[in-house]
Amino acid sequence: MLSPVILVPAVLNGLMVGAVYALIALGLTLIYGVLHIINFAHGALLTAAMFAAFFAFTLGGLDPYLAAFVLAPLFFAIGYALQRFIIGPAAHGEDRNFLLVTLGLAIVIENALLYFFRADTRTINLPYAFEVVEIGPAFVAVPRIIAFGALIAVVAALWTVMRWTDTGKAIRAVAKEKLGAELCGIDVAHIYAVTFGLGTACVAVAACLLIPTYYVNPTAGEAFVLIAFTIVVLGGMGSIAGALIGGLCVGVVESLSSIFLGQSLGQIGIFIMFIVVLLARPSGLFGARP
Amino acid sequence: MKAYWPIFVVVALLAIVPFVTTSNVILNFLITTLLIALAGQGWNLLGGYGGQYSFGHAAFFGTAAYATAILQVQYGINAWLGLVAGIFAGALVGAVIGVLCFRSGLRGSYFSLVTLAFAEVLRILSSVTPITGAGLGTLIKLDLRPEAFQFQSRVPFYWIALSFVAVSLLIVRGVENSRFGAYLVAIRENEDAAAALGINTFAVKLVAITVSAAITAAAGCFYAQYFLFVDAAIAYGPWISIDALLAPIVGGPGTLFASLLGAVVIKALGEAAKLLTADAPGLDLVIYGLVLIAVVGLAPRGVLGVLTTLFQRSVRALAQPGPDHG
Repeated sequence: MLSPVILVPAVLNGLMVGAVYALIALGLTLIYGVLHIINFAHGALLTAAMFAAFFAFTLGGLDPYLAAFVLAPLFFAIGYALQRFIIGPAAHGEDRNFLLVTLGLAIVIENALLYFFRADTRTINLPYAFEVVEIGPAFVAVPRIIAFGALIAVVAALWTVMRWTDTGKAIRAVAKEKLGAELCGIDVAHIYAVTFGLGTACVAVAACLLIPTYYVNPTAGEAFVLIAFTIVVLGGMGSIAGALIGGLCVGVVESLSSIFLGQSLGQIGIFIMFIVVLLARPSGLFGARP
Repeated sequence: MKAYWPIFVVVALLAIVPFVTTSNVILNFLITTLLIALAGQGWNLLGGYGGQYSFGHAAFFGTAAYATAILQVQYGINAWLGLVAGIFAGALVGAVIGVLCFRSGLRGSYFSLVTLAFAEVLRILSSVTPITGAGLGTLIKLDLRPEAFQFQSRVPFYWIALSFVAVSLLIVRGVENSRFGAYLVAIRENEDAAAALGINTFAVKLVAITVSAAITAAAGCFYAQYFLFVDAAIAYGPWISIDALLAPIVGGPGTLFASLLGAVVIKALGEAAKLLTADAPGLDLVIYGLVLIAVVGLAPRGVLGVLTTLFQRSVRALAQPGPDHG
C-alpha cells in the first residue's frame, strides 16, 4: 500500500494542487500582513474571478491561461476600488468593522452572482485539460504543471515588486509602522488599496488556474477560502513564505489523506485542522495583537 | 423596577396585535421576525455588550433545533421537555466553544473565524450522521395539541415567541444593570485594562457565551416546533449566523432593543425585496449585505443611534426655538 508507485504521484499531485491553494492564501496573507484585517470577501472575489474566466472563455473564446493576463489587472483595479472607496471609508479603522464590511461584501457578491447566474454549476472544456506528462513513475496533469509554474511566476513578480520598487518599499513600511510611514509622507490609504488590489489580483490568477479543471457556481470559492484561512494561520498570519510552504503542505496532506480516508472526509478534516491549529497555537501567532 | 417598564410597554403593545389582525401572512411575518429577534438577542449579549463577534451562532441554534426534534421523534419525549433540553444543549455547546476559544486567548477576528468553523463542522457532521436524518433531515410528527407544543392557529405561536423575546429582554436588562454587565462592557472596551483591574475575563466571557448560546438556542427550539422540520442547511447554515448578527448590528449593538428593532428592519426589507422581484433568488441577501455595509459605514450605532440623535436634535430645537427653526 505504501509503495512509491502510489506515494510519489500522490505527493507530486498534492504539490501541484497546493500551488493553487498557496496562491489564494498569498492574497489573503498579503492583505493581512499590511492592513491587519481578515478579508472575508476573499472567497466571493475568487468566485467572481472564476465566473469572469468562465465567461471570457465561453463568450470571448479566451483561453483561461491567457485570460489571467487580462483578469489580474482588472481584479487589481476592482480590489483597489473596493478598499479605497468602500471598505476603508466604511470601516472607520476599527477591526470589528473591517470584519463586518468584508462579510457584507461577501454576501453581496455571492448573492448577486446567484441572482444573475442562478445556482447552476458550470464547467468548460479545454482540449488539453486532461493531457498528462510523465515525471519519473508519476503522471501529472498538464493544468497542474501550469498552476505550479504560475505560482512561481507570481511569487517572483511579487517579490520583485516588494523588494525593488518604491511602491513595494512603501508597502513594507506601512506593514511595519503605519504611523511612521504616514509621517514620512506615504499615502497610507493608497498603499492599503494597492495591497488589497494585489491580493485580489492573486485570487484572479488562481481562478484562471482553477477553471480548466474545476467547476464554478456562486459558492465555488468558499471551499478554497477556508483552506486558505487554514494555510495562512498555519504559516503565520502575514508571512508570504509561510503561505507558500503552508499551501504546498496542505496540498500534499490532502492528497495523501484522500488515499487513506477517502474524499468525503477531506472537507471536515480541513475545518478540524483549522480549529486545532488556532486553538493550539494561540500565543505567539494570535495573542500578539490586542 | 423603573428600568424594566420600557420592556413591559413594548411587549404589551406587541401582544395585542392578534386582537387587531388574525391574518396568517402578517402573523407569520411577525413570528419569523420575533424568531430572528430572539436569535439576535443572544448574539447581542455576547457581541453587542461583550464585543466578541461570533460568526457561528448557527452552532447553538442548530444544536437546539436538532435536540428538540430528535428527542421527540426518536425518543418520544414531550416537546416542552424537548424545549428545555434543547436550550441546555445549545448552552452546553456555547460553553464548550467558549472554554476552547477563551482558554486559548482567541480574540477579535480569530474568535469570529473559529466560531464560523465550528458551525461549519457541525453542519457537515449533521449532514452525514444517521441520528440527524443525514441529508433527509428530521421531520417532527404533526400532533396539534398544546401539550405537544403545536397549535392549530398561529396566534399561540405568536404569543409564545413574544414571551421568549420578552424573557430575553428581561435577561439582557438584568445583565445591563448588574456588576457582571459592567464587567462585560469593560471587556468590550479594553480587555487588557479589564484584566488589569482584576476582572476574571475568562469567567465573564464564558458566562456570556453560555447565556448567549442559551437565548439563541431557544430560537432554534421554537423554529423546530413552528416549521416541524430541521435539516443541516436550516439548522447550521450560514443564514442564521448572519441574521443573528445582522439584526442587533442594524438595530444598534449593545442596546436593549437593538435586536428587536433590527429584526423588524431587515425582515421588512427582505419582504419588500421579495415583493419587488417576485421570485429572484439571492436578491434579499444582496440587500442584507448592502444594509450591513451601509449601517457599519454610515451609522455605526445602528438605527437606534440615528433615532436617538434625531430625537435629541429635535428636543434641542424645541427647547431653544431659534430664528432658523421658524
